[in-house]
Formats: sequence, C-alpha cells, structure tokens
Amino acid sequence: MQRVGVFVCWCGSNIAGTVDVQAVAEALKSEPGVVFSTDYQYMCSQAGQDMIKTAVKEHNLTGIVVCSCSPRMHEATFRKTAAAAGLNPYMVEIANIREQCSWVHKDMATGTEKAIILGKAAVAKVNLNAPLTPGESPVTKRALVIGGGIAGIQTALDIADAGFEVDIVEKNPTIGGKMAQLDKTFPTLDCAACILTPKMVDVAQNEKIRIFSYSEVTDVKGFVGNFDVTIKKNARYVKEEICTGCGACLEKCPMKKIPNEFNLGMDNRTAIYIPFAQAVPKVATIDPTACTMLKKGKCGICSKVCTAGAIDYTQKDEYIEEKYGAIVVATGFNPISMDKFDEFAYSQSKDVITSLEFERLTNAAGPSAGKLLRPSDGKHPHTIVFVQCVGSRCEACAEKGKEYCSKICCMYTAKHAMLTRDKYPDTEVYVFYIDVRTPGKNFDEFYRRAVEEFGVKYIKGMVGKVTPEGDKLKVQASDLIANKQLHIDADLVVLAAAIEPDKSARPLATMLTASMDTNDFFTEAHPKLRPVESPTAGVFLSGACQGPKDIPETVSQAGAAASKVIGLLAKDKLTGNPCVASSDELMCNGCSSCANVCPYGAITYAEKEFRMPDRTTKVRRVAEVNPAVCQGCGACTVACPSGAMDLKGFANLQIMAEVDAICK
Amino acid sequence: MHNNRYLRDEIIRISGVNTAKCMKCGKCSATCPAYDEMEYHPHQFVNMVESGDITPLLNSDSLYKCLSCFACIDRCPRGVEPAKVVEAVRLFAVRKQGANRMTANDVPAIVDEDTPQQLLVSAFRKYTK
Amino acid sequence: MQVNEYKPLIVAFCCNWCSYAGADLAGNNRLNYPADVKIIRVPCSCRVNPMFILRAFQRGADGVIICGCHPGDCHYTSGNYYARRRMTALFSMLDYLGIERERTRLEWVSAAEGAKFAATMNDFVQQVTALGENKRLEDLRCKK
Repeated sequence: MQRVGVFVCWCGSNIAGTVDVQAVAEALKSEPGVVFSTDYQYMCSQAGQDMIKTAVKEHNLTGIVVCSCSPRMHEATFRKTAAAAGLNPYMVEIANIREQCSWVHKDMATGTEKAIILGKAAVAKVNLNAPLTPGESPVTKRALVIGGGIAGIQTALDIADAGFEVDIVEKNPTIGGKMAQLDKTFPTLDCAACILTPKMVDVAQNEKIRIFSYSEVTDVKGFVGNFDVTIKKNARYVKEEICTGCGACLEKCPMKKIPNEFNLGMDNRTAIYIPFAQAVPKVATIDPTACTMLKKGKCGICSKVCTAGAIDYTQKDEYIEEKYGAIVVATGFNPISMDKFDEFAYSQSKDVITSLEFERLTNAAGPSAGKLLRPSDGKHPHTIVFVQCVGSRCEACAEKGKEYCSKICCMYTAKHAMLTRDKYPDTEVYVFYIDVRTPGKNFDEFYRRAVEEFGVKYIKGMVGKVTPEGDKLKVQASDLIANKQLHIDADLVVLAAAIEPDKSARPLATMLTASMDTNDFFTEAHPKLRPVESPTAGVFLSGACQGPKDIPETVSQAGAAASKVIGLLAKDKLTGNPCVASSDELMCNGCSSCANVCPYGAITYAEKEFRMPDRTTKVRRVAEVNPAVCQGCGACTVACPSGAMDLKGFANLQIMAEVDAICK
Repeated sequence: MHNNRYLRDEIIRISGVNTAKCMKCGKCSATCPAYDEMEYHPHQFVNMVESGDITPLLNSDSLYKCLSCFACIDRCPRGVEPAKVVEAVRLFAVRKQGANRMTANDVPAIVDEDTPQQLLVSAFRKYTK
Repeated sequence: MQVNEYKPLIVAFCCNWCSYAGADLAGNNRLNYPADVKIIRVPCSCRVNPMFILRAFQRGADGVIICGCHPGDCHYTSGNYYARRRMTALFSMLDYLGIERERTRLEWVSAAEGAKFAATMNDFVQQVTALGENKRLEDLRCKK
C-alpha cells in the first residue's frame, strides 16, 4: 500500500472561490492509502513546494496527489518537487480542480463535490503508480530547414554559425522566396535584393549548409533528435554540379512564351530557365511541361549550346534519405487568389493588379525594368487607387477571403504609395483603408510620412466596385469621413490581397504530426511563451508559416527558432518520456496485433525461451517495445487481444481505478 | 443622441442582423447604387441602429430610396447584411402606420406592361409587408 | 433548484494533446458546463480500451464521451482513427445490448476549441439527462 499525501491548492481565490478546499482536504483524508492531507494558498509557490517536501519526510510519503490547476500547467513543477524530496517524480498525480472544476462551475456545493471526486480519482490512480525512469536517446547533430525564403535562410545561417550542419529543402529552383520578388523593404526603404542576395550567397558558400533546391520532403519518420527524412530531388534535367549558370541555353531555347512565375506571369521565360539573375544555386532548370525535347523528343538545342555538357534529358527524380535531430518549418505564404472578387474586376482588366504584382512592376529587374507602366497598354498611369484589406478580415466570405488580418498590407501599401509619389509626383495616389494598422518600430512614422510629406490621399472607406470603361477603371468608393460616395477614374488599381499559408504546409504538417489551426497556419506550443516551437517535439516554426509576418519579425523569429534548434543539437542525449508501452512476456502470444497498429514501428519480435509449468522449456515469439521510439500513445494496449501490453503511467488498472472512483 | 433601447432591440430582432459585427469599412455604401439619393447611407443605417439612434431614420426618406438590390449584402466582408437593417426599419415604420399596405391582389391593376420585372420584385420586397 | 433533480453521471475520456487542452481552455475562458462531467486524462483517444467504457457503465455511469484530436491532427498520427473504428463497433454493440446510442459519443475537440468543448458537454449532458438513469449494464452489486 502507498502512503499518499494530498495537497489541495487554493490558487488564491481561483479555486477557493468556488471550491471549499478545506472540505476537499478533509474528505480525501479517509481515502485508502491517504496518510496526510492539507490545503494551502499557493501550492506552486516556493513555500507550497517546501510544504510538500517536509510532508514527504515527516510522513514517509510514497505518493503525492496535488489538487490544483491543470497538469499541463504545473505537473512538471510538482514532479521536480517530488524528485527534490527524494521521491520518484512519476509518483505524483494532479487532480485538475481549477480549469476543469472551479473555473467552469459557479456553485460552491457542486464545485466542492466534483473536486472531491476528482481528488478521489487521482488518489485511486496514485495508489497504483510505480516509479518510472526515463530512457535516453542520442541526438543526430544536423538540422533540416524546410523552405528557403528569408525565414529559412536566416535560420540555416544561425544554426550553421553555431557549428551544426544544416540542410535547406526548397521546392523552387532557387532559394530567396517572396523577399526576392520584392522591390524595397519598409520602413527603411532599402532594396530587398541588396540585403537578401548577400545572405543567399552566404548560404551557398557556407560549408555547413547544403541546399536541396527544386526538392521536397516526402516522408518523415522518427522523433525528436532522430528524424529519418526522405527528400525528393525533382529532376531538373541539368546536372547541378556541372552547370555554370552562364545562360547560353536560355538565349537559344526556342520555347520563349512560357509565363514567368517569378514575375507572376506578367512576362515570359524560356522552357529552360533560371528564375532570376542572382538565383542560388545559379543553375538552369528545364520545365518538363514546356520543353519539346522532353515532351516530343525533338529539339535538344540547349544540350548543343551547353559547353559544359550539363544538360541531361534522362535525369530522374532522386530520393535521398537523411537523418536529422531537428526540423524547422519555414514554408511561408502566398497571396490569395483574386479570382472570386468580381467587384474589383481583377479577372476582367489587366490594370487591376495585386500588390505583389505591383512590387514586380516597380522592380528594376521586373517585366517593365522598374518603370511603372500599365500592364494593358504600357502607358504611365496618372491615377492609382490602392485598396486595402482585400480578402482580409473577411468573415462572411470564407470561400473567398480570410477571417484574420494579414498584418503586412498596411505597411507595404504605404510604401507603394510613397514610392509612387516620390518617383512620379504627377501621379494621384489614393489609398482606401478600413483601419491603418502600423504598430512597429518606425512604422507609424513611415505611414504619416506618406501622408504628410508625399501627399498620398488616405481615404477612410472601402471600394465597392471597379468597372473597366475604355482605358479607364471607374472606381466607386465611399468616403466615410466626408460622408460621400466617390467616383474616381483610375488608370491602375492595386489590391492588397490577403495572404495565406503555402499549400504545401498542410501535407507537411501531417507528415510531421505537427498541429495546424483552421487557417492552415502551424500552431505554436504556447502562443506567448513558446512561440517558435511546434507542440511536436523537435519541430520548430520560422516565419509566416506560423502567422502573417513582415520581414523584421520573420528574421527575429528565424533567429529564435535557430537558437532553440542549437539548444537541442548541443545535447548529446535526450531523456525520453518514461510513460511508454511494455509487454508482459508471459502473456504475449506473438500475434503481431500491436506491431500492426504502432505508428512509430517501436515494436519488434524476439524468439525467447520460456520455462513451462511442466518444467520443459519452449521457444516463443514475444513482443518487445523500444522505449526510445515509443511515444506512449497506447494504441497497442487496446489492440492486444491477450492484455499483455500495457502503458506505464496510464496502465489499464490505473484508468480502471479512476473510472471506479468517479462512478462510486 | 436618442438612445431608445426598445426601438433598437425591436429593429435588430426584425432584421435578424448582428450590427455589432460591423467593422465600419463602408463597403456597403461604396457599392450602393442609390447612394446619392439617400440622406442616410447603408453604413449609417447599421451604425445608427447599433447606437439606438433610430428616430431620424424613421423620419427620413432614405428608407424608401433603398432599391433592395442587396448589393451591400453581397459585398459586406463581415456578413452584416445592411439591406436587412434598412428593411427592418422600413418594416417598423410601415407597421406603425397601420393597414396601409398593398396585398398581392392589388398588384395586377397597377402593373404596366413596360415595367421591368426587377422593379416589380423590389417593389414587392418593399411594400408588401 | 429542486433538491432531487436528476443528475446524470458522465465520464469523459480526453486525449492529453487536444481535448484535455480544449477542456482547459474552456476553463480558462470560464465557459460553463455541468459538473456531472468528470474528465479522465488519457494520452490519446486510442488509449481508451472498450473495457473502460464497459466498466463505467457497469459502475453506474449514465453516459460516456470520448474526445480526441480532429482527424489528421492526432499527436500520434493515427490514434484517433483507431479510436473511431473501435468506438463505432463498440457503440453499435452497446446499442444492441440496450445502452442507447445517445449515451455514448465520440467527438473531435482541438486544443483551440474551448467553446466547442463546453457546448459539446452541455449538449451531451442534456441528451443523457433526457434519457434518464442507465440501468441496463449496471452491476447492482456495486451499489452501496
């Protein structure tokens, strides 16, 4: 029999307000095994913990029940306390009488009654607890970064800087991501390429970093410290190590009318292409959907002009298996499709563009070489209307927009408006806003400069309708402050489209068993205190895959994720979770039911010799659980037909005892 | 400002609209084809009903200027449905006046061959309460 | 409030990663649900052995609800699929034995769905209360 001590916490008035804590302590005194029972204002405080330690010594306690807040909150705290008092930390059970009792019930009598029952269940469970010791597993000292935008680049550089090897997997032919497509960056207006491309070169030259471009992760197995990842290197039909990126093939390729993704389809590229001049790796890629050689077996011009002999039409997709200790997700974002927003005439007129398209239009390396010209007729626009919150904060139209604020649009729209007025002072610039949200260092000052110094006309209101008429766009909008409906003849309309997580994120999350919210953003382990970790151990989050973010924020989160990875990789061994499955050899009949349901492949079989009751020996096939691989889900315990498999810490008898205590 | 709790709750009840959802973007008024005819605009209807300032709305011509085209309902990003608010105020005004409404039987006599069908439909929406 | 008002006894099994956290969130947001619901924490919905449910009914529980992560979101990849399959079989068997389908439920509640947790519990308690006391599998020897 255990000697159990019960400690009931008041949590100030959080618990004591609706639960009579003294009555709970008193009622639990008479439970089997309980030798000591008390209550205290704050059990988690130093004084409360000391009280537990003293009680353990004075009453020779072998088990502890703390009736307090959720075990998700302070289970670890009280386990440490038990360990400090010389008890096995797993001899502690928590009865959750705050989140699941005092906070949900208003009536003292019901609250107290329920708290007593929850306490009884915890006592019943702790009576059956056994000391547990966690296993240890080694750490593979290499990290994987999925996504090669500014988030992935910064994370990889920081991890490599600490001396660990990093691999970046990027699905596009080059790293750089969205930032490479931008023109200037707020609030300082330095050019994106000028600050990004040196970092890309750093990545390429860093000996610790490998880039798998034009590649994707297809399978993830294992667990923190020991991930086995399969990376698919898509065939680019160019030998990466030989190609010098000279570009001779691009000039000669006859297929010149392929929409250029990098410029969002506003100009064309060839079938063999390098996305942009500063691409890393600077290696050509053949688009298999456009190349006549790959489609019809005729042409082969690029292979003739390639002096290095890098073209290989027979190249196949390659699968690489690699081990990693930590995985960082940096899959980033995309603007949402504007096709469903008929009122803005996006699909009717070429002169209605998204902000990212505007970014390419004003970029010196863009389709118009940096001159702001209308996509339809190449004329200089004299009246430009910017519309904010297109698809953002859109609750009613879930099938076209997003419920959340996309966060970055206010600032980049201010930037676009300001730069337009700066370069082309003859242009009228209107910005229609619902709210201007510019929290951030020097952000509001930036927006005010657009208004005060550059004369951008900010109008509180929304655009209701855009109608193409002749070479003009008729914009009908409301000015809520003047209480007028405005009709503007615009030359160009720029929509600040909402942003959404990249489509590749959802399947990736399933592979990683990392959780996501309803918008497909990755959820963090704790929204305030663990913002860069996923709830899945060993998986970290960097950049906009976790929520909309601008560049300064992305870079700081990337650095934070890197430091968490470094902290993990710096360890030689990880102590695991001792609550793992274990099989009773004597009862196991070797049927393989458990191995079939184990998601981690933690169960293997061994032939073992057993002494039989008639004193003969017999060789039997029995299950063995690898405690380093087992994550303790318990699927096998239910699948086992003979009841041989059990889960430490959540044993059949323990849960049964809890059921009994509740149903008594 | 009038703050007539009863009027406000009654109009919100009739309309079935949650005016608190409005984020004051003004897209309803931006899209309204009858804007220039109205003294109070769709976004003002929502805002004034929310704040209980209903008497001016009841006394305004704007009630009958709304075409009931429902463009504002279609465009509103928050699903507030301003036209339903306008409709509810109109309904309230009509009900207060007593039995001065049209029934379906009265219609054929006043239908003109050239009347566009849409006009008929919106007239029905407005006057057959 | 009436003194002898019927109060059902409901056992809820919540997976540690989603539903238990969802229940905590319901508490954090002070969302009310009846005290008749008593939660047992399990690592995953797939840890819930049909035995536990039978035991609960045997000991006089009036309803049993199992909450797990949404399909595809299981912390252990596929545990909730196992739970779904097992419980479908168990619940129809219990129905055959005379424990109405309304007394058993499998629900997906994520860690972000505190409101859904409270709403589910309110609904379930109401449903079980309407059915009244469970007598079918109850072992009268367990009664004091």
